[in-house]
Amino acid sequence: MGYFLFFLLAVMTVGAVLGMIISKNQAYNAIFLILAFACMGGLFALLEAPFIAVVQIIIYAGAIMVLFIFVVMMINVHSGISAEKKKWIIYLSPVLAVILIIELILSIKGAFSLPVSTEIIKAGPTDLGRLLFTKYLYHFEITSILIIAALVGAIVLVKKKEKK
Amino acid sequence: MIPANYFLILSVVLFVLGAIAFFIKRDLITMFMSVEIMLNAANLAFITFARSASSPDGQIIVFFIITVAAAEAAVGLAIILLIFRQKKTIKSEDMKLMKG
Amino acid sequence: MTETLYETLIIFIKIVCALVWLLACTLYLTWLERKESALIQDRVGANRASIFGIRIIGLFQPFADAIKMIFKEDFVPSFSRKFLHTMAPFISFFFVAITITAIPFGDTLRIGNRTIHLQILDFNVGLLFILAMLSLGIYGIIISGWASNNKYALIGGMRGAAQVISYEVALGLSLIGLIMVYPSLRLSSIVLYQGELLFGFLPKWGIFLQPLGFVVFLLAALAETKRAPFDLPEGESEIIGFFTEYSGLKWGLFMMVDFMEVIIVSTLLTTLFFGGWQVPWLASDGFHFPWGGELLLSHVVVVLLQVAAFNIKVFFFCWLQILIRWTYPRFRYDQLMDFGWKLLVPLSLVNIIGTGIIMTL
Repeated sequence: MGYFLFFLLAVMTVGAVLGMIISKNQAYNAIFLILAFACMGGLFALLEAPFIAVVQIIIYAGAIMVLFIFVVMMINVHSGISAEKKKWIIYLSPVLAVILIIELILSIKGAFSLPVSTEIIKAGPTDLGRLLFTKYLYHFEITSILIIAALVGAIVLVKKKEKK
Repeated sequence: MIPANYFLILSVVLFVLGAIAFFIKRDLITMFMSVEIMLNAANLAFITFARSASSPDGQIIVFFIITVAAAEAAVGLAIILLIFRQKKTIKSEDMKLMKG
Repeated sequence: MTETLYETLIIFIKIVCALVWLLACTLYLTWLERKESALIQDRVGANRASIFGIRIIGLFQPFADAIKMIFKEDFVPSFSRKFLHTMAPFISFFFVAITITAIPFGDTLRIGNRTIHLQILDFNVGLLFILAMLSLGIYGIIISGWASNNKYALIGGMRGAAQVISYEVALGLSLIGLIMVYPSLRLSSIVLYQGELLFGFLPKWGIFLQPLGFVVFLLAALAETKRAPFDLPEGESEIIGFFTEYSGLKWGLFMMVDFMEVIIVSTLLTTLFFGGWQVPWLASDGFHFPWGGELLLSHVVVVLLQVAAFNIKVFFFCWLQILIRWTYPRFRYDQLMDFGWKLLVPLSLVNIIGTGIIMTL
């Protein structure tokens, strides 16, 4: 069952990303990406990280992608922007991709044989919350300042100047 | 339990696909989306290693990455919107103010 | 082997029961809405639909509506984006219907030596799961607006998405106080915590511990269901909404999603603030009244009482939401946004701080 779910989600994620690469329409791109992020949430849940899975879906699929879709609809470029004009780059890219994938896999090959500890990972919402407020307190607070700064920054950037 | 290397290979594939999308695509919004894919691939690797090491620290890092990505998306999209207002285009080639 | 077979069978039966319950409630909520609005406007309401001449106060009306909707022409505009136009109502429907998996309908039921939780899946992040699915539901709105390829529908969709995403902030923040009081995100344990007593006689329900949180949650949830007074995304009569290009069964699906959201919000209000399936002073072996009396009941009776209590509470909240819908006029859009961001979000923050102060005392 676990393997079936993994392969289903993996194929859907990779398929959605490939769809995003092939499609020219930005709105379709965003919808493909939502699918990919939702499937990633499922993968996180398979990895015994239910809290992160839900956070992934709420924040990535539910909030960030809504922002993307809003911007896509506001800008609304009618004719899709095609990919790179130079054809040789498009033909070369799959080759380079395969080479890069093989290289990366070879580089992390050492991690494959890591001993997998059998003890159950304590990562329920309670444990993560306790860690966030003890060991990672400063990081947590700094992140909150960052978010406030980003919020104010985005509003200041986009706001139109009032005409006097 | 599904072995960790399945997830790691998936993470590598997603990362490379994100990188390829970043290089091939020419509109800023889709390029930005590709960056998000790469971030997510990294998240997947982090959570896989967190399970292998059976420690929740990896998940905490993913939590921070997601929050930072949210902040980044807000500012980045605001900038793209500004560029569109000023130049009426979001093609990456048209951003050549610095080109001599 | 037979054990896993039984487990699978039980889960299957639970899923079927929950879905049938949800759909039957949706069907009869339309009837309730018609009758209640008729009562408010001093009319009789739909009472003509009959089977063989029998028309029990219009109880067959929902079936007549459903049959009418199925046989209407399903018109897809030639300029729309066909695939997404078809997908959008199903996306909305799916993400609302799936939330029912996390709702506890009752405590455990013992048959022989097998204990069955009256809840499809007991997530340890159940509350967040429901919020996540509700937040994904807005793609139904955005996609339907965009795929209709009609400027009014697009603006309606964006209006709806902006409303839902703004009120989601208040909705999430209003629940933090509750999570502080009942330290769990697992819905079944939140309900179990509410079975305890406060001062020895008052059931420890969320409404008594989190009155402010309840008010904020109710108002934000009303906005999430997109019905009057918050019905700007749809605005059936005056403003053109996101599903203006839909007809037939797909339009019916959007309407059903609205009613299902009302039910889901009612189940959430019940589970979080009104004790879920808890009946005051009812333990697993019968009533234990705080003034000393006892009334012992058998296990089946207790379970039936609990499920009945859950249903009564849910129907009460459905009734309340319909009452609000037919009583208040619509907000203006800027009033709507002000209400969400300038009143509900600060109130929920005050609630968090207040809860924290009281808990440390």
